[in-house]
Amino acid sequence: MIPASFDYVRPASLGEAVQVLTDAGEDAKVLSGGQSLLPLLRLRLAYPSVLVDVGRLEELRGIRDEDHHVYIGATTTHDEVVRSPVVNAECPLVALATATVADPAVRHRGTLGGSLAHADPAGDLPAVAVALDMEFVIHSTSGERVVAARDFFLDYLETALELGDVLAGIRVPKLGEGWGFHYEKFHRTAQAWAIVGVAAAVRLSGQASGEGRRIEEARIGLTNMGPTPVRATQVESAVRGAGLNGGDAVREAAQNAAEDTSPPTDLHAAPDYRRHLARVLTHRALLSAAAAV
Amino acid sequence: MTEEIDAGFVARQIAESDMLSEPAPDRHEVGAARRRKEDARLITGRTQWTDNIQLPGMLYVAFLRSPMAHARITRVDTSAALHHPGIVAAFSGRDFAGEQGSLPCVWPVTEDIVMPDHPPMAVDEVRYVGEAVACVIATDRYKASDALEAIEIDYEPLPAVLDMTEALKEGSPKVHEAGNRSFVWKFAQGDIDAAFRDAPVVVERTFVQQRLIPTAMEPRAVVAQTDGDSFTLHSSTQVPHILRIMLAQVTGIPEHKLRVVAPDVGGGFGSKLQVTAEEVLLLLLARRLGKPVKWTESRSEGNLTVHHGRDQLQRISLAADAEGHIRGLRVDLLADMGAYLMLVTPGIPILGAFMYNGIYKMDAYDFTCTGVFTTKMPTDAYRGAGRPEATFAIERLMDELAAELSLDPIEVRRRNWIAHEEFPYTTIAGMTYDSGNYEAATDKALALFGYDKLRAEQADRRDRGDPVQLGIGVSTFTEMCGLAPSRVLGSLSYGAGGWEHASVRMLPTGKVEVITGTSPHGQGHETAWSQIVADALSVPFDDVSVLHGDTAISHKGMDTYGSRSLVVGGVAVLQACDKVKEKARHIAAHMLEASADDIEFAGGSFKVRGTESGRTIQEVALAAFAAHDLPQGVEPSLDSDATFDPDNFSFPHGTHLCAVEVDTETGGTKIRLYVAVDDVGKVVNPMIVEGQVHGGLAQGIAQALFEEAVYDAEGNLLTTTMADYLLPSASDLPDFVTDRTETPATSNPLGVKGVGEAGTIASTPAVVNAIVDALRPYGVNDVTMPCSPERVWRAVQGGTS
Ligand SMILES: Cc1cc2nc3c(=O)[nH]c(=O)nc-3n(C[C@H](O)[C@H](O)[C@H](O)COP(=O)(O)OP(=O)(O)OC[C@H]3O[C@@H](n4cnc5c(N)ncnc54)[C@H](O)[C@@H]3O)c2cc1C
Repeated sequence: MIPASFDYVRPASLGEAVQVLTDAGEDAKVLSGGQSLLPLLRLRLAYPSVLVDVGRLEELRGIRDEDHHVYIGATTTHDEVVRSPVVNAECPLVALATATVADPAVRHRGTLGGSLAHADPAGDLPAVAVALDMEFVIHSTSGERVVAARDFFLDYLETALELGDVLAGIRVPKLGEGWGFHYEKFHRTAQAWAIVGVAAAVRLSGQASGEGRRIEEARIGLTNMGPTPVRATQVESAVRGAGLNGGDAVREAAQNAAEDTSPPTDLHAAPDYRRHLARVLTHRALLSAAAAV
Repeated sequence: MTEEIDAGFVARQIAESDMLSEPAPDRHEVGAARRRKEDARLITGRTQWTDNIQLPGMLYVAFLRSPMAHARITRVDTSAALHHPGIVAAFSGRDFAGEQGSLPCVWPVTEDIVMPDHPPMAVDEVRYVGEAVACVIATDRYKASDALEAIEIDYEPLPAVLDMTEALKEGSPKVHEAGNRSFVWKFAQGDIDAAFRDAPVVVERTFVQQRLIPTAMEPRAVVAQTDGDSFTLHSSTQVPHILRIMLAQVTGIPEHKLRVVAPDVGGGFGSKLQVTAEEVLLLLLARRLGKPVKWTESRSEGNLTVHHGRDQLQRISLAADAEGHIRGLRVDLLADMGAYLMLVTPGIPILGAFMYNGIYKMDAYDFTCTGVFTTKMPTDAYRGAGRPEATFAIERLMDELAAELSLDPIEVRRRNWIAHEEFPYTTIAGMTYDSGNYEAATDKALALFGYDKLRAEQADRRDRGDPVQLGIGVSTFTEMCGLAPSRVLGSLSYGAGGWEHASVRMLPTGKVEVITGTSPHGQGHETAWSQIVADALSVPFDDVSVLHGDTAISHKGMDTYGSRSLVVGGVAVLQACDKVKEKARHIAAHMLEASADDIEFAGGSFKVRGTESGRTIQEVALAAFAAHDLPQGVEPSLDSDATFDPDNFSFPHGTHLCAVEVDTETGGTKIRLYVAVDDVGKVVNPMIVEGQVHGGLAQGIAQALFEEAVYDAEGNLLTTTMADYLLPSASDLPDFVTDRTETPATSNPLGVKGVGEAGTIASTPAVVNAIVDALRPYGVNDVTMPCSPERVWRAVQGGTS
């Protein structure tokens, strides 16, 4: 639990940060809230020789309402996200999922950018990112580029971030009126990671018909159902038009939740159980999201 | 009044300066919910934990630990570590082979027990992952950790031995040359064959008591120093006194040249009832290097190498008549010792032997325990030590018996338990329960729980096929604690006695210092002992301070474990107070020019019987200090010692009821209501008792639902961090409903019973019973602990649980 020795740099600007990172090459790591990186160092699972701390760069911090999306600076802490009126009004799913992350101590240090850059499929935010089609604003010495969520998560702990890149911020598209949201997290203790999690956004038909209202459109992201966050597209298409009252249409649609997933085995669950949970929890998440419209 | 004392100059100044306290005759401290006087210091960190100790020239030790479960060490080369910056020395087991001795086990439960050598640092062979094989000593902790990677060790792998049943089979690879069976210990009473012959009902189960990792808030830490002649060892230990004697034996340092200090200690739960490799090695390193040395474990190092708890396989069968009256009980236990026998490893399952019968009457009982070696971390005492395992087994079986007979689980218990008018009652296991009232505790618990209403809700959910089922779990437990009568410990081959010591010092200003041989590490002894002394001597609560844990201050003691501190140590404090009063009576008589026979201590003063004039105990203490005018032949001191050795154990009991909602779709469980009615006899401080119950419940529930040390097929521990070894926090537990009944113990003058382990012992079966109860309609009759969502879900699916 004692890390190997490393150098620590705290650049004064984003420009300096990408320069330092580029110069240091392979051995450098970006440090944000440290809530995922420091455990890796302490367990000696990572041996960077220099940490570039972007955690106090004001230009990477803060939440802005920008027309079609909400912009969240990468080093905005989980706690700031949870308390943000803009996030709660415009993209509440981000706040709902973030509120389930760990405990208050971790949420005060850990950051949205760090969570996404870390790309742990057991983390709660990557699934939200793919469900909402977030966009990743990335800086390097060659300037700025924007990567869509579906292209960002490449493999277990692997992203589109390259050597010398800093994630500057995330754009969360506003979905507009008529949507309800829910994050269904199944875990063993309050501080534990999700065994499976389901991020759901649901838009309902305007009018109630005989079977009550119907689901017009759904966006579903799955946590911990593979090496990357999973977009449950089969459920999304199957659930289109499903009535909420009477019949089991939503439940039946949710049966597709485990399609195209490759859930891991660990101390808490085997893959078949995770697949089962994905179906049950997707059903519940859809109903809860619908109820929240 | 005070001016009448022939006091001398200093004493007169004391008397005139307001320093002399007034008596406090009207307050009744015992029974009051006093806030713990030690807490401000503990929770603000304004105290000394072992890791805070900094000494001039101090060096830091880091241990290299075996990555193999079982291997021969073929080569060790520590020389490269010496080239690292700040490294002072590096040693392997071979460098200490002639000096390090063997870690002690003081509980040879049978005459032919196999008790292998246990070198603090492995020399030729490693037998579990985490076993220390080498160490480096550096000028700081970080340098020491870095240099570990430079040590070269070649291992020749040997087969891991992980499963107890396999380990006992002919031809199994051996952990030790002498084989994998350490001992077989038996107990039998009554005609067990007759009890089972033609029994209308026989319930048979195999329960797994999973391996647990004790998790104290404060990790272990050790500091050793020497002045060239004598040695001081600070350790985060529960047992400074035991440690001193054992370390003297292991290292050859004479007992009077070794001082052991347990400063404030942040929890132990049995894990710090140990003589550890690190304690021995730090002493040896201080001796060899002549410098103070410190070691503090990391949490992962602790998960690997703090002795583990439980890990038993319980094969148990119960015979009953058609009305559910128990006829006999057969227990066949495999107890995983791990790789070596540590301080009391073999005795832990044996402590349970006397508890499998619980609170029930029966005609016959047969108990066998086989201690088995495996290539895992040794096991030893963990909160409850043997009794939780026993209580779990019998309380689970009582629910199974009820199910078998379609009786209410409370009713089955009523038919079998010892009625309150039958006390004192000698059980089938040979224990004499001094007092108890199971009816009262149960009735109270049922009322608080709303038992009938919850049963109705359960029936309704079953009828509706609600995916969320409700289960009700019962645990009517007792336990034996207050370790222990020395005579009984002797008859069980334990290595020492079970008495406890206390000294009471009356200071000139009337303040009181109490020295206790118990060694608190979170229990609040300073507060409780102050309450006892305040009442016994009629002094203010705040005038008492309690000293402990330093063998230079408290030379005699048997320390803290087994819920013994109050029932043994607290009684010693009371008895020392009685001696103080007896001494004071003679001096007071002289001051009052009366005969000692006519003096009584009442309302805070020594008075001539029938008169109002008297001398307060503070005035007498001052007079004894001045000593200008004492009766002929009386020593100028009120200070007194007492050593108490109880005649019997302590038998707290209670009824715990748990309602669990089980989500049959996910396997998730949620405790909806937990009612604990405990009978711990007289209560010195209800707030402390409640705290002990809450913590105990959390730990017992944690065994039922969350905690499990998992080794993989190669013998690697997988649960080395808190992300993998799940501990509940407040948000994972319900609000507990706690209450008490009060049936005083008759075995000690305070009427008290131990409470330190009761909650842990009672709660595990209550929770599992509730889960199984919820799932009975699905044909489930057991779920293996911890009852994780996945296990519960598989049980619902009809697979193995
Ligand atoms: C006890 C505990 C429990 C937790 N439980 C949960 C949980 O239930 N759910 C959950 O989702 N998470 C959980 N976490 C993780 C938590 O959310 C972390 O905060 C988050 O994963 C990482 O954010 P950070 O700012 O701390 O990143 P850091 O630890 O600083 O960095 C993480 C990784 O991202 C990289 N990085 C960080 N910022 C940038 C950037 N701007 N540009 C490029 N790369 C960057 C780093 O180089 C590193 O590789 C838990 C953490 C702890 C300690």
